[in-house]
Amino acid sequence: MLNRKKSPAIIDAVELHLQLKPYTKFTLDNGVEVYSIHAGAQEVVMVEMVFMAGNWQENKNIVAATTNFMLKNGTKQKKAFAINEHFEFHGAYLNRGCQNETATFTLHTLGKHLPKLLPVMSEILTDSIFPEEELVIYKQNQKQRLSVNLKKCDFVANRLIDKYLFGEQHPYGKYSSAEDYDAISKEDLIAFYNQFYTNGKCIIFTAGVLPADIQEQLNNAFGSLPLNKTPLPTKTYQTIPTEQKKHKITNDENGVQGAIRLGRPFPNRHYPDFTKVQVLNNLFGGFFGSRLMSNIREDKGYTYGIHSYLQNLIEQSAWMISTEAGRDVCAATIAETYKEMARLREETIEETELHLVRNFMMGSLLSDLDGPFQTISRWKSYVLNGLDEEYFKKAINTIRTVSADELKELANRYLNEDDFYELVVV
Amino acid sequence: MVHYNRFVLDNGLRVLVHEDSSTPMAVVNVLYDVGAKDEDPNKTGFAHLFEHLMFGGSINIPDYDEPLQRAGGENNAYTTNDLTNYYCSMPAENIETAFWLESDRMLSLAFSKKSLEVQRKVVCEEFKEHYINKPYGDVWFKMRELAFTTHPYKWMTIGKELSHIETATIDDVKAFFAKHYRPVNAILVVAGNVTTEQVKSLAEKWFGPIPMGEKYERNLPAEPVQTAPRKLEVTADVPLDSLVKTWHIEARLDKGYYVADLITEILGGGGSSRLYQALVKEKQLFSSLDCYHFGSIDKGLLTIEGKLVKGINIEDADMAVNEQLLKIQAELIEDNELQKVKNKTESVIAFEDMSIMSRASSLANYELLGDANLMNTELERYQAITAEDIREYSRIIFNENNSNTLYYRSKN
Repeated sequence: MLNRKKSPAIIDAVELHLQLKPYTKFTLDNGVEVYSIHAGAQEVVMVEMVFMAGNWQENKNIVAATTNFMLKNGTKQKKAFAINEHFEFHGAYLNRGCQNETATFTLHTLGKHLPKLLPVMSEILTDSIFPEEELVIYKQNQKQRLSVNLKKCDFVANRLIDKYLFGEQHPYGKYSSAEDYDAISKEDLIAFYNQFYTNGKCIIFTAGVLPADIQEQLNNAFGSLPLNKTPLPTKTYQTIPTEQKKHKITNDENGVQGAIRLGRPFPNRHYPDFTKVQVLNNLFGGFFGSRLMSNIREDKGYTYGIHSYLQNLIEQSAWMISTEAGRDVCAATIAETYKEMARLREETIEETELHLVRNFMMGSLLSDLDGPFQTISRWKSYVLNGLDEEYFKKAINTIRTVSADELKELANRYLNEDDFYELVVV
Repeated sequence: MVHYNRFVLDNGLRVLVHEDSSTPMAVVNVLYDVGAKDEDPNKTGFAHLFEHLMFGGSINIPDYDEPLQRAGGENNAYTTNDLTNYYCSMPAENIETAFWLESDRMLSLAFSKKSLEVQRKVVCEEFKEHYINKPYGDVWFKMRELAFTTHPYKWMTIGKELSHIETATIDDVKAFFAKHYRPVNAILVVAGNVTTEQVKSLAEKWFGPIPMGEKYERNLPAEPVQTAPRKLEVTADVPLDSLVKTWHIEARLDKGYYVADLITEILGGGGSSRLYQALVKEKQLFSSLDCYHFGSIDKGLLTIEGKLVKGINIEDADMAVNEQLLKIQAELIEDNELQKVKNKTESVIAFEDMSIMSRASSLANYELLGDANLMNTELERYQAITAEDIREYSRIIFNENNSNTLYYRSKN
């Protein structure tokens, strides 16, 4: 007779042998480094160029993001429409993204189309002209998009909490306004583009079922560009957090929910306790079975979801708790969150719970490493953060061995109500 | 090519296995043939609320998530107007845990009152977060009611109104379970580092003993052919005017569906699409513009939706959209443009098939449509579409009498 009350035997995920598939690294003629992972079942390829062209480098607000966005909007030879048509004809996606330190320029395509697409990426990196009429449309549409986003409590809250933590003068804390869009000129974009793309610093990541001549193809397309020749300006920024820690904003008188953000500054990945705190964070609010989800969603029903996380930033991080809760239960949600912090400070975590978190994190990591795009994405994060395989090994070791006492001590160090900035936007 | 093996248990549960030894993971996907369209019009949102309750403990296992997480697994679920799908992934060695959990909740839920109470609140917050507390959040409530007079696609998966969710009772939950959550109405797909033999024996062991249940015979009221254009105007506290237009298209397996899919790509798929180029870039009437459909199993809607540039008259914008639609009805599309949207379709399929998770859910979806192998052959249906097909179906779809137009005006 089948005993349905008894769980089947499991392999302890803690015992899983997790391996990060090693990359192959090669260098183009101009010294640009390429990290590659050849794997996968589908004939798809990703080529991602990472430029040190984030908002860290801009002298005027949103110049970095605008330059990045408008890379596809025209070269000396091709109008925006022709560029889009070329990539779309080949069923490819050419995306770009601007972060704080970095900006990306990414191609996803079936491998067979690479020879048609890489040369146009190269053209975009040397011959973009940022047409005035395209800039006018961009400004108008971005301002309109901003006006819609500013109606959303979560959007407003995300901007403000970063400002409180880092200050508006810091790349992590500043944000866009309609006036910023108005102030941008074509000349700003061209200057930024010349310095940080055409003559910028670049690292390439590629993954998928790579063609045998991938090195040659990348070298032909990008190996003679004037990249990595000129040193970048070194810029440092001070964080200037706001004095006042608790903030309440009414963005919409009729709002039925409040966006709650609690955050405290936290060091970056090189900090010795970082991986241990990641275990504590998982237990606190990092997955569906976390304390915050169990209490505030699954027991009280105050919210559809509540999460805590360490911000994915290079220079320094922040520990954040984020949720949208019913307007009348916002205060109760915050109170329960602090209660959960207190429990972690005062009570030692039981081994059954800790063991579950260890297993969950190991399984989740195994899943994260499945597939070429996931693998290269992890390597990219390590390379950009100045980490190596040792970090991966250390992280796994931490998941396996960190003790309940250590986590309690970390909770006492980092999960104190007084250290948190607190924001509710209705 | 996605290989799979298929067998059916005595209780009617359909099982598909996709073996892939290149991954250390396994995915267990259970699809139930029930969606929001199967709801009582006075108890809408129930299929989705029920999805939440499926995590509230089953007859022998008080908590679904905990043992799965302990086995290194993760899970989630979604409900659409057509179906409800549950999936979990874990290290392949621990796959039996998923069989144990999924079979127990198919056997019977615990029907916990506390779970119902809490999940009612959670779903209400989900409703508020996505549809009330967002600008334009109610567009689809209005559009569905405008476009459908009869077919249950006229309400949203989340439900027609909060009160329907707030008043759900434990008896409703029990009845819904008995009617829809039986093996005979379900499809199990297992993918990843597994063998068919192994899955067969696990499926027999855990799902085999569950009583078959009664096959749910779907008998939904068909939407009558629309015979006159419909229009609705609303004014709301939003920053920009928005234009939303829909037209009825054919059901999922009909030729017209595939043609409509390519038409959405021609009109709105990316920076070189017709509507974007003409109306966002050249005429600058819209600041954003999309053309899409939901992939509905029954006859669904093709949608064009855009936010207007401030100062542009919505009637003028509407007319400019219609000009583009007249063009696609009048002129044959050039080979190059047709090839572009076919290439795109090929590429989308390749990218979708990258993860075992999405291969598993695709297999389940195609099995629900009646033939899992469609996953491998569907591209041919797209390849066979001609320029004449595009023109012909454009004329049928974009017939004025088939149109529904919503002017969503800013009160500012």
